[in-house]
Amino acid sequence: MSDTKVPRGDWPLYEVFVRGKRGLNHVHVGSLHAADDRMALTHARDLYTRRNEGVSIWVVRSDLITASTRDERDPFFDPSADKVYRHPTFYDIPDDVPHI
Amino acid sequence: MSDDHVYLSLAQGQDAGADGGEGDARWAFGTGFEDPLHGVDTAVPAGLDTAELAARCLALADDALVSAQRLAEWTTRAPELEEEVALANIGLDLLGQARLLYARCGQVDGTGRGEDAYAYFRDAADFRNVRLAELPRGDFAFTIVRLLVLSGWRLAEFQRLTDSPDPVLAAVAAKGTRELTYHRQYAAEWAVRLGDGTEESHRRMRAALDAVAPYLEELFAACDVREEVTAVLAQVTEAAGLTMPAGAALPGAGRDGTHTAHLAPLLAELQSVARAHPEAAW
Repeated sequence: MSDTKVPRGDWPLYEVFVRGKRGLNHVHVGSLHAADDRMALTHARDLYTRRNEGVSIWVVRSDLITASTRDERDPFFDPSADKVYRHPTFYDIPDDVPHI
Repeated sequence: MSDDHVYLSLAQGQDAGADGGEGDARWAFGTGFEDPLHGVDTAVPAGLDTAELAARCLALADDALVSAQRLAEWTTRAPELEEEVALANIGLDLLGQARLLYARCGQVDGTGRGEDAYAYFRDAADFRNVRLAELPRGDFAFTIVRLLVLSGWRLAEFQRLTDSPDPVLAAVAAKGTRELTYHRQYAAEWAVRLGDGTEESHRRMRAALDAVAPYLEELFAACDVREEVTAVLAQVTEAAGLTMPAGAALPGAGRDGTHTAHLAPLLAELQSVARAHPEAAW
């Protein structure tokens, strides 16, 4: 619950991640507004699990997320495009070995 | 998260079969839907008091239908978009329970009527819902207090009904307890936020409790779950910085067909289209 005594006029934005029953990871499914973290969780349950989408929800306040920016895109991501040797496809994996 | 164990999830995916691996790409399409009456024998068990069963199903269905209608009145008027979807979801859960209960009532009371006959073609005097459900929508605080009381009371009754000798009623009750647990939790969290909020929200919550209190006795007369429900209400009101008002109970009971003046207009609106076109197929 909030520890401030002054009522805030707006609800912050939260990003919602849901993991499906068979999924391995939480997938970003959208965003919503809520007054606090617990309310964000119940809102996410009401908005993003209506069609039996999943069994686990993560909510994060959007301003707590650090994201890469558009102007940094070239130095961040282009250098990996010409380094195919980093991809682990140069040896054979037998069919009965699970994900590595 | 501790349950994100990769190998466990993989094992589940492999056991499940062909569509186990596509999780990410198809997140929007839920899987594993199950009919709530799947595997339930719908034959009426011998030796059961069918009149009592039918009356019980009808009353519970009427409670749900009227409550759902009042919750639906928040559509386009809720304070926030997320609350609108939440209240609509709660109403739809109740409507689903009403449908199953009306259908069971039709099978058991000998008339063979369908759900629509009960919902759309009965008059106010034939309804058996508790009067608290039919009171006007009110403000958000009133809606939350009413939801807290009705969902807590209904949950307590449904928990007992999971042992019902009628398999369909037991199945509906089992499904319903999960839905009602969430409804009660939603209402409780909002009650605490509003009670322990600003002066305005606190004032409205006190007014809502005063408005709801006279109708409590009727609920316990319909199903004696007084201790559980008052314990939950005490817990929530204490956390919210409120007190349950003691007050005189209003005489009369919806279970006997005695209703306030609010039920007839509610039904007039609910039933208007169906009654205007009684032969229509949806």
